[in-house]
Amino acid sequence: MTDTTKTTPTARGLIPLPLAAARALLLAGGIATTASAFLAWTWTSEFPGDLTITGYPGGLQWLTFTAGILTALFALAAYGIRGLGWLLPARNNAPLVLTAIGAFGVTWYTIISIAVELGGLANLEPGGYIAAIASVLPVLGAFALPEPNTGDTKENLKAYIAKPDGIPAPQPLSGWAERALITVVTALGLAVFTYGIDTEYGELFIGYLIVVVFAVWALHTAGLIDRFSRLVAHNRSFTLAMGFAAAIVFPFTQSNDHYANIGVNILIFGTVALGLNIVVGLAGLLDLGYVAFLGVGAYTAALVSGSEFSRFSGVQFPFWAAALAGAAASLIFGVLIGAPTLRLRGDYLAIVTLGFGEIFRIAVNNMDGDSGPDITNGPNGIPAIPDLSFFGYNFGEAHDIAGFTLGRFANYYLLMVLIMAIVVLVYTRAADSRIGRSWIAIREDETAATAMGINGFRVKLIAFALGATLAGLAGTVSAHVTYSVVPNPYQFAGAAPPNSAFLLAAVVLGGMGTVAGPILGAALLYLLPEKLVFLQDKSLLAFGIALILLMRFRPEGIIANRRRQLEFHETGQLDVPDTTTLTDEPATVTKAGA
Amino acid sequence: MNNMTTPVLEARDVTMRFGGLTAVRSVDFTVNSGEIVGLIGPNGAGKTTFFNCLTGLYIPTEGTVSYKGTVLPPKPHLVTMAGIARTFQNIRLFANMTVLENVLVGRHTRTKEGLWSALLRGPGFKKAEKASEERAMELLEFIGLADKRDHLARNLPYGEQRKLEIARALASEPGLLLLDEPTAGMNPQETRATEELVFAIRDKGIAVLLIEHDMRFVFNLCDRVAVLVQGEKLVEGTSEVVQADERVIAAYLGEPFEGAPGEAEAAEVAAAEAQNASTKGDAQ
Ligand SMILES: Nc1ncnc2c1ncn2[C@@H]1O[C@H](COP(=O)(O)OP(=O)(O)OP(=O)(O)O)[C@@H](O)[C@H]1O
Ligand SMILES: [Mg+2]
Repeated sequence: MTDTTKTTPTARGLIPLPLAAARALLLAGGIATTASAFLAWTWTSEFPGDLTITGYPGGLQWLTFTAGILTALFALAAYGIRGLGWLLPARNNAPLVLTAIGAFGVTWYTIISIAVELGGLANLEPGGYIAAIASVLPVLGAFALPEPNTGDTKENLKAYIAKPDGIPAPQPLSGWAERALITVVTALGLAVFTYGIDTEYGELFIGYLIVVVFAVWALHTAGLIDRFSRLVAHNRSFTLAMGFAAAIVFPFTQSNDHYANIGVNILIFGTVALGLNIVVGLAGLLDLGYVAFLGVGAYTAALVSGSEFSRFSGVQFPFWAAALAGAAASLIFGVLIGAPTLRLRGDYLAIVTLGFGEIFRIAVNNMDGDSGPDITNGPNGIPAIPDLSFFGYNFGEAHDIAGFTLGRFANYYLLMVLIMAIVVLVYTRAADSRIGRSWIAIREDETAATAMGINGFRVKLIAFALGATLAGLAGTVSAHVTYSVVPNPYQFAGAAPPNSAFLLAAVVLGGMGTVAGPILGAALLYLLPEKLVFLQDKSLLAFGIALILLMRFRPEGIIANRRRQLEFHETGQLDVPDTTTLTDEPATVTKAGA
Repeated sequence: MNNMTTPVLEARDVTMRFGGLTAVRSVDFTVNSGEIVGLIGPNGAGKTTFFNCLTGLYIPTEGTVSYKGTVLPPKPHLVTMAGIARTFQNIRLFANMTVLENVLVGRHTRTKEGLWSALLRGPGFKKAEKASEERAMELLEFIGLADKRDHLARNLPYGEQRKLEIARALASEPGLLLLDEPTAGMNPQETRATEELVFAIRDKGIAVLLIEHDMRFVFNLCDRVAVLVQGEKLVEGTSEVVQADERVIAAYLGEPFEGAPGEAEAAEVAAAEAQNASTKGDAQ
């Protein structure tokens, strides 16, 4: 954090311009950038998204348009325009700087992509040049805003994107206004998320990431995200309900079942990551073989699915029984692996779980009747898993509901929303209880925890088994979604999720010990390889670099647990919590009653 | 002193060897109900090791420890369950949990809500959680940290961390409390307050066994003092007896103990101790 109370040397901009000019440049530049999205940037529609039409933005131009609007909005708020004051409660420069950079980034990324992909600057229309120039203006304006000059360039630059410490508290809202606000934000979130899933080509997805990252960063430095999390803390159950409502609405917004497929895979991946979060985030047990439990659930479901390739092809459990069987098999497997290994601490546990995870995959590979008992069909796996059917509702067919068509994946998506709801409930309830506290205590200091009467082994085994069960449950759905189960995806590391390394990365990247973190992490980690197919074999490299950068600059993950945030960013101050966010539960209860 | 002196803790012939080193050698030791007993001895005498043997963190090479007549299994959680709680020489709080959560973890042995009741959240669960929180708040009030219930433990000043460790230990409703250097690193006022606190704990009917280097503190407080030197119990008796014993003076104090050592001196010793401790092994 930068020290804003330092004896202010002369406050002036990095670019020497008067304040009025800087602001004018920001506003005018923002508007110009927005307007330039309506021009033709290139002459051929070979570049995806068709940027050739004057008068209507296409593809990446929409992103420039959005980023330009955001820049202009913050610029107007900086002028103190009535009704926009809430955008800039601390009246700091960082949101202006960041939105300007975002608009510049996405515009220039587009222009450069056009030039590179089509082979030369000649492919740009004058509109492209105008956009390029227009998007530079707000950046110039932003860096002309006055900031205390410390004489050190690095410090000066940091000051431009710093979040101030004291952000004035908002005026209290009435209960219904808070809820209305949460509803609006959830709807916006759904729209943004849906846009990301629906991006049709890699360039658009990268542009989308640029805009989203800078916009969220800007909102964060403006203090708006903090304010919103406070609202959420007041209305926890309502927010959770809204989140699930949004998740349910998603497939109805999709006309193409392919995107529902992405959605269901994200949900499976996210659910498993949330299960892993119990093991890693709460109990602090580094489990490197976690994906095996997903595999156990999937294989169990496949074996009792009635597939003709199953060893028990005559057996067809109803789904609820198959789900229970899968969860129970994972539970047993979890206890079997946990019982001997959980006596080990730290690194040893990680290595042993890694070993067990691989043993699962290799064993499944070998149980083909030749090298072992004939159970899993070896590398061929169990194909032709029939679709689920609930009370005559066949998941394999498209259904028309209230004028919307729900395809096969949309059906499974909705089932997965239900399962994720169960897992979220299990996670939140377990975390906030005697057992959850003992997990955290074990993670913090195992010796002290046992000296406080916690049976470390037992408590760890419960975490391990619970995590395994939840993964197994998700696995039962995943077997049906993918039609077949094969040993290969259940490995330690691979180029596509799910695998243990990706699962762990989803938890760490998203934010250990939070509910939303692993889900967000899973969504990102699923979408990146899915959308950036042009990276091909370099996607793992890119992923590694991204992970290193994130861990360097935000070790607590994208969504920070309060504990972890304080752990990694020593503020040197006593942590004096906001009185209203003290205990999550009672606050919710009283609010719900009001 | 209490005239109903039933033994709470009985250590018999406790020996702890680390390879060739015998850290504790055939120590017999008793703490009676209502007593405050001090355990003193020079650095490396084996006091902390002895505590670890009592609480099951170490499995003694020889000997047994019994609490109120029953022999304790050398498992820390069972020892706590039985009724012995402890603090650590180098504070071992759950740093990233709040003050209240730390105390709630201390309640672990006196509550029994398992995973199922947490998931189902029946009325029993809510009642138990509420009762636990009330009990924890009582303890925080007792110790004087009630207003900091939602601070992270790591952000408390040193003296308050020591207090919180005591509150956390008390939360397990022990019959015997073991304090390993409760005043290490404290200033004189805080030491005095800790003295009051130990008396108050005894008045709740909890026997106290404490390791301390601050001699004034020990001799003010303790009904009985035992001296451990090189793993062996040298002397045991009232403050007067121990202070007068030639061997103790020779082994530990180096000089007659008439004018009690100055605060500065005690603090120096304590500081050196704390330093020592931080470089030492796992279960201090
Ligand atoms: N786990 C261990 N492994 C090997 N040696 C140990 C172990 N724990 C303690 N010791 C040794 O046992 C001896 C006694 O140590 P202990 O910590 O019990 O002393 P102490 O009386 O508590 O000293 P202090 O006043 O410095 O706290 C020391 O020589 C120490 O190095
Ligand atoms: Mg010691």
